[in-house]
Amino acid sequence: MDLVDFARGPALKVAFVIFFIGVVWRLVNVLLLHHRRNLSEPRRGVAESVFGGLKAMGSRSWPHPEFIKRTITGEALGYSYHIGLFIVILLFAPHIIFFGSFIGVRWPALPNGVVTIFAVITVTLFVAVLFRRLAHPVLRRLSNFDDFFSWFVVALLLVTGLMATAHVGAPYPTILGLHILSFDLLLIWYPFGKLMHAFYIFPTRAVDGYLLTRKGAPS
Amino acid sequence: MARLELEPTIGELLDRQGVSRRSFFKYCTAMASLLALPPLAARAMAEQLLAARRPSVIYLSFQECTGCLESLTRSFAPTIENLIFNVVSLDYDDTLMAAAGAQAEQAREQAMRANYGKYLLVVDGAVPTGDGGVYHCAAGRTGLDILATCAKGAAAIVCVGTCASFGGLPSADPNPTDARAISTLVPGKPVVNVSGCPPIPEVIAGTLLQYVTSGRVPDLDEHLRPTVFFGNSIHDRCYRRPFYDQGKFAKTFDDAGARNGWCLYELGCKGPTTYNACATVKWNNAVSFPIQSGHPCLGCAEPDFWDHGSFYSPIPSPRWGKAGEVSPAQAGAIAAGAAVAGAAIGVGSVLLGRRRIARRQQEPKSQSDKGNEE
Repeated sequence: MDLVDFARGPALKVAFVIFFIGVVWRLVNVLLLHHRRNLSEPRRGVAESVFGGLKAMGSRSWPHPEFIKRTITGEALGYSYHIGLFIVILLFAPHIIFFGSFIGVRWPALPNGVVTIFAVITVTLFVAVLFRRLAHPVLRRLSNFDDFFSWFVVALLLVTGLMATAHVGAPYPTILGLHILSFDLLLIWYPFGKLMHAFYIFPTRAVDGYLLTRKGAPS
Repeated sequence: MARLELEPTIGELLDRQGVSRRSFFKYCTAMASLLALPPLAARAMAEQLLAARRPSVIYLSFQECTGCLESLTRSFAPTIENLIFNVVSLDYDDTLMAAAGAQAEQAREQAMRANYGKYLLVVDGAVPTGDGGVYHCAAGRTGLDILATCAKGAAAIVCVGTCASFGGLPSADPNPTDARAISTLVPGKPVVNVSGCPPIPEVIAGTLLQYVTSGRVPDLDEHLRPTVFFGNSIHDRCYRRPFYDQGKFAKTFDDAGARNGWCLYELGCKGPTTYNACATVKWNNAVSFPIQSGHPCLGCAEPDFWDHGSFYSPIPSPRWGKAGEVSPAQAGAIAAGAAVAGAAIGVGSVLLGRRRIARRQQEPKSQSDKGNEE
């Protein structure tokens, strides 16, 4: 069994199982958190509070006007590389074949050259994000192993993908094997690190918005 | 040794046959071009060839289909007759030679004795090693024994085809005869793998010719293949590559994409992971190659290509175990099973956590109760 067969075979299967066990485990943990009963008088009705929760998913995803000057760099970087990741991961032909094997559906791809340009931009933004984390006095103190390792896992995937596209570093099958292995690593790390924010971000914002609206505050 | 000194040089042989200097230089220029050598190298090659004596070649066949030899006989540059009569002295090949039985074996032994340490051993087919090698026997001897005997006095070994180079079909799972690649059975001997199922005839002939002109084993890649022929992937040199870059793929063998000659990547083409000269040297005097004929590359020049799943399964397709490509139903079942396991672990850990909290809350209470009692 060569590296590609190992990476897209047993290693991927183990990573896939760990990913689903981990994600559901953590979601169940959060859903079953011990919540105290809210005995306060609701200022708004249930329907209005639910709408407030839905609204918060959008409003919290946009910079607050009052702090925009201080947060714009982080917000712009965050949005840019997330858009880059979306394009690189979901609109590249080989990736569509890969994900399509799991769900049975394929969708149109962007030309490889366009995806490669986005990949280069995304890697550059990733470097900028790391630099900002290290240079920013507050962010630096807030950062822990999880932040850096989560960054590393995604950056590794991007870099090995670019190396495979450009055929540099080693013969293509070796780099492709490393690229798929780095995806396996991402799947394994995903539920246990901050990458899990993809599952938490919108539900937690919705709950916050719901509670704020219930208290009569704008969401 | 003595026989070699009596042998005429290649130049003398060509003179006797009336080959003109002009046609000989044209031939050398073509070969230099095939080997990707600079123009000046053609002259050096011509001088080397004229002065060289034809090396003795012993050609052994083991677990194979004779496709490799069939391929070699269709070489256009050099032609097979030019190769075996003018460039090398083919002293033993049980398929091509007129002699048979004991006479053929005698010819091999005589050539080996006369050229000990200098002859070139060409092998096609894998060698079965299971049960003492009984799955291949010729002239009352096992293939293992024949290979060991012939390899001992060889200057170098050229493995022709994927079976000899990597085990090929005979060693494909479950490999019932424990067939192995030649390089694993001849420790210490210089080995050149000319893989392919079959290899391109010009690549076989070119590799032999390169050995004759340079007198040494060519530069090799990590799979012991000459880099001059196996240095680029088929995908990199494929004329359909622009369609891959544009994201234009044939989805089936008879759709508009296939008729327009778009990339066959989604139909399972293994060009990106296959290193060979098919896209440049091509086949049948450079007429075409499989992709040009509308079929995806099978990856036949790579190790274990029989065991990489369906020929029509795209490279990025996940493969779990021997079942082959992952189906959505299979992935869904595994995901559902994992999700149930995750939910069970989640519920279990929450219940354990709650018990721990309840115990902690009870502990100060019972301690304060004790204090009150005292």
